[in-house]
Amino acid sequence: MNNPKKLIVSHAPFWHIGSAVPERNFNIIIAALPAALMGLAAFGIPALAVLSLSVASAVGWEWGVNALAKRKNTVGDGHAVLIGLLFGMLLPAAAPWWLVVTGTFTAVVIGKLIFGGIGANPFNPAVLAYAILSVAWKTFFDFDAQLIHYSLDFTPFYPLTAAKAFGTRAVAGIPLTELFFGWQIGGIGAGCGLALILGGIYLIARGFVRWEIPLSFIAGLFITAALFHMAAPEVYAGPMFHLLTGFSLIAAFFLAPEDSSSPVNTTPMLIYGTLGGVMTMLIRNMGQYPEGVIFAVLLINLINPLVDKIRPKAIGKVA
Amino acid sequence: MLSKPFFGYANPKFTYELLSTSLPRPVTITSPPVVTLMLPRKMGGAASPQLKPGTRVLTGQLLTWDDAPGPGVVSSVTGTIRQVSAHLGDYGRKYTAIVVETEKADEFDEGFAAACESADLSGLADYLSGVPGSPDLHQLTDPQKPIHTIIIYGGDTDLLVDTNLFVVKSRMADIAKGIHLLKAKAGAEKIVLTVPGESFQNFDGHFEAEVIAVPNAYPYGQPLMIFYQRFNRILDQGQTFQDQGVLFMRAEAVAAIGQALTEKRVPNEKLVTVLDKQGRKRLVSARIGTPIGEILKATGITLQERDRLVLGGPMTGTAVFSEDQPVMADTDAIMAQDASRITATSDYPCINCGECIRVCPANIAVNILVRFLEAGEYQEGADLYDLYACVECGLCSFVCTSRIPILQYIKLAKFELAREVPVEEANE
Repeated sequence: MNNPKKLIVSHAPFWHIGSAVPERNFNIIIAALPAALMGLAAFGIPALAVLSLSVASAVGWEWGVNALAKRKNTVGDGHAVLIGLLFGMLLPAAAPWWLVVTGTFTAVVIGKLIFGGIGANPFNPAVLAYAILSVAWKTFFDFDAQLIHYSLDFTPFYPLTAAKAFGTRAVAGIPLTELFFGWQIGGIGAGCGLALILGGIYLIARGFVRWEIPLSFIAGLFITAALFHMAAPEVYAGPMFHLLTGFSLIAAFFLAPEDSSSPVNTTPMLIYGTLGGVMTMLIRNMGQYPEGVIFAVLLINLINPLVDKIRPKAIGKVA
Repeated sequence: MLSKPFFGYANPKFTYELLSTSLPRPVTITSPPVVTLMLPRKMGGAASPQLKPGTRVLTGQLLTWDDAPGPGVVSSVTGTIRQVSAHLGDYGRKYTAIVVETEKADEFDEGFAAACESADLSGLADYLSGVPGSPDLHQLTDPQKPIHTIIIYGGDTDLLVDTNLFVVKSRMADIAKGIHLLKAKAGAEKIVLTVPGESFQNFDGHFEAEVIAVPNAYPYGQPLMIFYQRFNRILDQGQTFQDQGVLFMRAEAVAAIGQALTEKRVPNEKLVTVLDKQGRKRLVSARIGTPIGEILKATGITLQERDRLVLGGPMTGTAVFSEDQPVMADTDAIMAQDASRITATSDYPCINCGECIRVCPANIAVNILVRFLEAGEYQEGADLYDLYACVECGLCSFVCTSRIPILQYIKLAKFELAREVPVEEANE
């Protein structure tokens, strides 16, 4: 009975598939990196400064607030890095340092930690931070105003603002391939459709993102844009233009499918994604803002708990 | 399969073991120096003199705590009682552990042969409830809650284990005899034998029982899943298989009953699938009560500090803390796990990735349920989020990204709710 060998005792099951939270976050970061690198290629060193500061300050906030609140240090799970990276990818390359640091504070602390940390955030932290800051400091999120001193070798205006202000004709000259390869004004990491799609396919294939959300988001956006375009081709730009500009693709693959703020059952995921796409186009075409993704994503985050109640009947349940 | 495939979109699929036509030969472990018999009750007041340390017991002798009717245990060896102590099992089950120092030669007790003469089921049940496979025959004699269906599972309930399938394939005559006895004596309207779908052809029509095929995918062999498949309802809060008129029995138990009637002796050799650290397996036949350490020695398995020793299979077994624990009548498998292959559970919160939702065979909203259970809101979990639809297969814990011990939460919740009901009834 005084066996010196101490065995590990735990509850069944005794196997685990081997997945883990850090692995998941690091894979999403890897998938987002090509788009971020394309952003660096388009905007140069200032973009690198914004991205670096964004990641570093997000990690700093998470570490600092956890230490202050005497909670377990959760920096190691990679979620703060992911939030910092995604937030940085949404910003214009010329964002001032204080905007980045305030933004990551809003994302990490107000968007996530005060709700209880990873898994408890009702909104996508990066999107929430972008929304709060873009309402507070409007000019700093005006891509045209921010990048006015830059000389770029591609279309030097923000396509969505131009399309909103002057109709389809203003953007008719922009080749879609230029948009697809990321030669456009916009968020640092949001421009290159090719890199975002590749990252998204990687995440879907490896099971880190559920395909229902990106696909229905894109379908909702594409169909709504097509309907607008058909109704008034002069006023509303075509669906491909809307798909490749602004935050459309980064939202479809990285912002909307954020684990904690998105549904997990099939039908709710389809509703969630479609509604996100539709709302984006409604805001872009009918609303006041040239870019609708941010508020569309916040809105679908808000309905997530409600739609996720639509779930398959458990076995043996009749009602 | 232990790790996530690189392309992780598809769900992991598990299948039960299917024995090949050339059956393996079990290793027999002869006469361990001591055995521990587990009397399924807590120690009471004055014990009967036959339990006094120093008393000699015979193979096949029925030991009870005292003369009052109650549970008993049949000695699997001849020897001398050395120690009687309390033992706490999984989920608070109380046992009295009787340690017997064995003698080389068996001397048989004739009590069972006498009980066979009377041929009364409740007399037989005292002897046969502890045979390999642990059939709860006393349920058949309870007039308050008649059993209408006996379901014999001819496959195993957990992965990698092939104890019961081996018994079905190698001891058909004993099983046929066991089924015959149950049919004649038990008063159950229906006896059902479940076998893996692939071997259905081999068994259909060979027994006095209805043979049904069960899909070979995990967890279709779980009793709760078989119950749902058969009756299209679940075991709801406060219900037991017994008060639904259903009794589950291992094929090994039925074979043991058949064997007992042929030989007029109580079978005492338990067949166990032993899984070593590399995942290789061996069938071992050992006396009930043999310390696990003896079996590990015989199969060349050595445990180090921080390894894990599991009674049962990888998905639903029970980890034990000591090699001194005995093989019991319901121990179908022994699994040794190396410290390096153990994935610790964590206290990380649910990140809502949805893996559990996609893998759950019972369509439970596991992500929400686990939030209620973590907060101790067991009744809400049962009322709103289908706690009782759970078939306890453990797949959710297996795939959980946050490594939450979900199955443990679920079983704890069911255990706590079951405990609360009697208190409420007592207050009325």
